[in-house]
Amino acid sequence: MKIQVFGSGCATCKKLFELTKKATDELGLGVEVEYSTDVQKIIDMGLMSSPVLAIDGKPVLVGRVPEVEKIKEIIAQNTK
Amino acid sequence: MFYPLQLLADWLTYGIFRIAPNTLLASAVDFFIFDTTKIFILLAVIIFCVSIIRSYLPPEKIRAVLAHKNQYVGNALASLLGIVTPFCSCSAIPLFLGFIQAGVPLGTTFSFLVASPMINEVALVMLLGLFGWKIAAIYVTSGLVIAMFSGAIIGKLKVENLVEPFVYQNTAGAAVDLARMTRKERVIYAKDYVLDILKKVWLYVVIGIGVGAWIHGYVPADLIARYAGGGTWYAVPLAVLIGIPLYSNAAGIIPLVSVLTEKGVSMGTTLAFMMSVTALSLPEFMILKKVMKPKLIGLFAGIVAIGILLTGFLFNAII
Repeated sequence: MKIQVFGSGCATCKKLFELTKKATDELGLGVEVEYSTDVQKIIDMGLMSSPVLAIDGKPVLVGRVPEVEKIKEIIAQNTK
Repeated sequence: MFYPLQLLADWLTYGIFRIAPNTLLASAVDFFIFDTTKIFILLAVIIFCVSIIRSYLPPEKIRAVLAHKNQYVGNALASLLGIVTPFCSCSAIPLFLGFIQAGVPLGTTFSFLVASPMINEVALVMLLGLFGWKIAAIYVTSGLVIAMFSGAIIGKLKVENLVEPFVYQNTAGAAVDLARMTRKERVIYAKDYVLDILKKVWLYVVIGIGVGAWIHGYVPADLIARYAGGGTWYAVPLAVLIGIPLYSNAAGIIPLVSVLTEKGVSMGTTLAFMMSVTALSLPEFMILKKVMKPKLIGLFAGIVAIGILLTGFLFNAII
């Protein structure tokens, strides 16, 4: 499983990265969260908002930073 | 409409805090309670409604609409759609790339980039709550006109060569089919968004209205009117200059401005100031350097600034 956060390098995007790391740690998934500031990747996925959380290349959260609990929920839902 | 809130503010000020009526302190406290409660209620209601509309119009859908329109229809539509789209400088680059690479014309893209931050729901609420619907309507209409014209002018100038070459070398991926939301999900989305915004702006609102309440009670009116009244020609350009670095604090700045207007700053100057705060943003310009040459950023900022200046002078002359 690959968990990635794409952003334009802004503070909000870094926050999503930090929270996602925390979420995977708390879930005990043992995977590295990858952080990329390559905006073109966001466009290639057909999206236009930043930041994006993607699991195995599929965007699961777009354009906002929710609470850690919500991120955990989203990750759990998409890794079954 | 907000009469019950005035009763609440009066009751708290005179009944609970037992502040002697007709003192400066009483008028400041009363003003503070009334304005903060009113603004928070308006924020919750209006942002909720805008979020519901927005849940039907993600940027990916807006792009699909804009990619097929002729230039002028595109400028108008892009400006209108900019109103309901939230804008954060984080999304400036992805929006720009996404639009251009999907074939949306440069001018149309700029119309959107001007309208989206300038006419946002927080500014709208603050204007509505503190200035009334007429000024709010003037603000939105002028903002739309500026966005349409700026975009149309940039489109006419044929400055595609000032966009970084890599932008045109890629094409956007096919839009993902974002799962359709159920009605319940839309309500949850809107509620979350309201809480998000409130968390972000409440402190600015409280400080802004607090300082405003202090000015309301304590600063003499003629002091400000002498320097920023309608008679001084430099008031509008100065207001625009001061507004540039104050980006994203519309929530804290509009209450201050509203009190200054009450104390004699003329309406055109006020409008120009608020537009400059929301539309001309230094951090956003820095970020845009990744996708376009500084000359184009300068052009863009210059055209929008001229539009704002004209709006300021116009309303100073007629209101």
